[in-house]
Amino acid sequence: MTTATAPGRTSTSSGGPTPPQPARRGRMKSPYPTWFFIPAGVFYVVLFLVPTVASFYFSLTRWTLFDVEFIGFDNFVRFFQEPQLVTGFVNTFIYAFVTSGSKVVLGLLLGVFLSSQIVARGFLRATIFFPVLVSTIGVGILFEVLMDPFGGPINEALAAIGIEGPAWLTDPSLALLSVALVDVWKGVGLATLIYIAGMVAIPQEYFEAAKVDGASAWKNFRHITLPLLRPATVTVVLLSLIGGLRSFDLIWAMTGGGPGFTSDVLASVIYKQYQAGFFGLSTAGNVVLFVVVAAIIFPLSWWLNRKGDDQ
Amino acid sequence: MVPRTPRRSIVAIGAGGLALALTLAGCSAGGSDSGEGGATSLTFLVDNGEATVATAQALVDAFEAENSDISIEVDTRPQGADGDNVVKTRLATGEMADLFQYNSGSLMQALNPDQTLVNLQDEAYVGKFDENFVKSVSTDNGVYGVPMGQSMAGAVIYNKDIYAELGLEVPTTWDEFIANSEAIKAAGTAAPIVQTYGDTWTSQLFVLGDFNNVLAEEPDWAEKYTNNEAKYVDEPAIAGFEHLQQAFEADLYNEDFASATYADGVSMVATGEGAQYPILTFAASQLMTTNPEAADVVGTFPIPGGDAASNGLTVWMPTNTVYVPKSTEGDKLEAAKKFLEFLTTPESCDIQAESNAPQGPFVIEGCELPDDVPAMVSDMQPYFDEGRTNLALEFLSPIKGPALEQITVAVGSGITSAADGAAQYDEDVKKQAQQLGLEGW
Repeated sequence: MTTATAPGRTSTSSGGPTPPQPARRGRMKSPYPTWFFIPAGVFYVVLFLVPTVASFYFSLTRWTLFDVEFIGFDNFVRFFQEPQLVTGFVNTFIYAFVTSGSKVVLGLLLGVFLSSQIVARGFLRATIFFPVLVSTIGVGILFEVLMDPFGGPINEALAAIGIEGPAWLTDPSLALLSVALVDVWKGVGLATLIYIAGMVAIPQEYFEAAKVDGASAWKNFRHITLPLLRPATVTVVLLSLIGGLRSFDLIWAMTGGGPGFTSDVLASVIYKQYQAGFFGLSTAGNVVLFVVVAAIIFPLSWWLNRKGDDQ
Repeated sequence: MVPRTPRRSIVAIGAGGLALALTLAGCSAGGSDSGEGGATSLTFLVDNGEATVATAQALVDAFEAENSDISIEVDTRPQGADGDNVVKTRLATGEMADLFQYNSGSLMQALNPDQTLVNLQDEAYVGKFDENFVKSVSTDNGVYGVPMGQSMAGAVIYNKDIYAELGLEVPTTWDEFIANSEAIKAAGTAAPIVQTYGDTWTSQLFVLGDFNNVLAEEPDWAEKYTNNEAKYVDEPAIAGFEHLQQAFEADLYNEDFASATYADGVSMVATGEGAQYPILTFAASQLMTTNPEAADVVGTFPIPGGDAASNGLTVWMPTNTVYVPKSTEGDKLEAAKKFLEFLTTPESCDIQAESNAPQGPFVIEGCELPDDVPAMVSDMQPYFDEGRTNLALEFLSPIKGPALEQITVAVGSGITSAADGAAQYDEDVKKQAQQLGLEGW
């Protein structure tokens, strides 16, 4: 469990633009000779820098993979005129905030539950993490069957206790939330794991001191566990929000953005442009997605970390 | 400095391996050129669909039995976009098989046929082809393909038993169609119109299959559309979208239309759970697989429009068409042409009908459907005989917007109005036209 705290902590501290410690470390003389960096540098340039720069260029072209015609910002203009795009934007935010919020709340509750002294704790911890390991597409197809309004097991079960289940994936107003529900089920294991790790790392001395002062269980949770779990919360919020903003696979497997365009998100709108062979247009869409994610995550991570430093 | 030497040698080994691989690839490409014992050997590239491979192999076997000096090997490629890339790349690099199967219509146009394919214009058998088929494999400069398979229609398949019980006539106008549907709804035993948005492509039929009626009102609509002059938001083309909305609002669809699949739809009509289903008539092979007992129960009629006089089928030409690339020369070209000629004989048509359930009439004069075809297919023959057919838009114009199926699902589910849906589709079409680099967009 302690190994999991390490990535959690590093991602919270490296997310900020100017965290004091890394900056100081950067100015120190490197212990390695320059050639030591070349292999990693070559990989970085070839696999990351070149494609990134190239994608900025191709987003300004009409591109058929064989011919490239430079057309300035036309792709961006057209992308913002996409009828699905407005729905896609709104849906992306709904999806990201719903899944992220649910994962924080559920992850915290499950984390508290699974770090308490209960029977078969290890087994229960493993069980909640299993969905994270399963293929997303597989989960999507499985739930598409489970949520079928006619003869799907979920609605059959509801019917058995006298409830008429909704048309989960085919009702335009429910489709996106149904997918979000499955996303939470699949992803909450990771949030729980991060929270458990955070809780294990809280020194027992605080609880012993609180006990001496006669604090109730609720006060323990409210004034010790919750504040000291802040780094874990920051990690969960950032990871799940980034995941939610760029989520695609589950939505594509379950609804394909449908019915109509009602569960389209930014990533699925972009994918459909690729599918249709509008390579320049979809590259422009990816640039937009990149800017949107960056515009949300950087300020958020800066804000969350600053508040963490204050304490 | 010590680690440098090993690294360089690794690079050297890697480069050597690559060079070796290239040499081997070169060898194998060269090796396939040599004939076997004086006989001409050809390669024939087809998509890896089970039915396509079976048909191609059956045809090759029959051909080889007649021509012992020619041997043909059937190779396969992926279907869909991956297959498109394989075909385009191999044509562009001159590495194409001696014969290959590919789509007709706008996809063929994307191959640059004038530069890459052998012109068959002067072959005698071209005269036997249906005029519409010739259009779908021609440019201004030549005719390039030979059909392997049948044409099909975008039409309504219906349950004849339900029609007989309720005393209904095959409708020739949209109003009659709606009246029939209301009567079926009142009888209460079957869903009047089947829609299956679990497979989104099936939602397009009311729009795509209505094209015969569009052309009836405006014969040059396709040309105007390609030239950015005719739009879906205007009459007559908007009718398809309006039909979708109207039928939804009249509550004529099956209860599970939002989640049902294509296979569900076909068997609903076969079993009488559904009465009418607008679909492509290649559904005949689905029908014969899942509900062969209903072969005589399920019939076909054209999607009706405003005017009974112009009632007719919207027709898709055989998507399986065989071409010869320019890279095939000499003896091989002669042998390849011989095979093409064989494909146009009634004998070849019989083999095609046997190896795979027919989906519509043949487009070659002298080729007859067997007597035992499903009613769904034989119902179409009169329209072909009387010339009451028109090509689908995708054979008359290179532009088809990629988002149509989502838009028609939205209109058919009552999420979007017909007018908004048509306007969205016009935008989608514009995007496609710009990507294709057409003039005037």
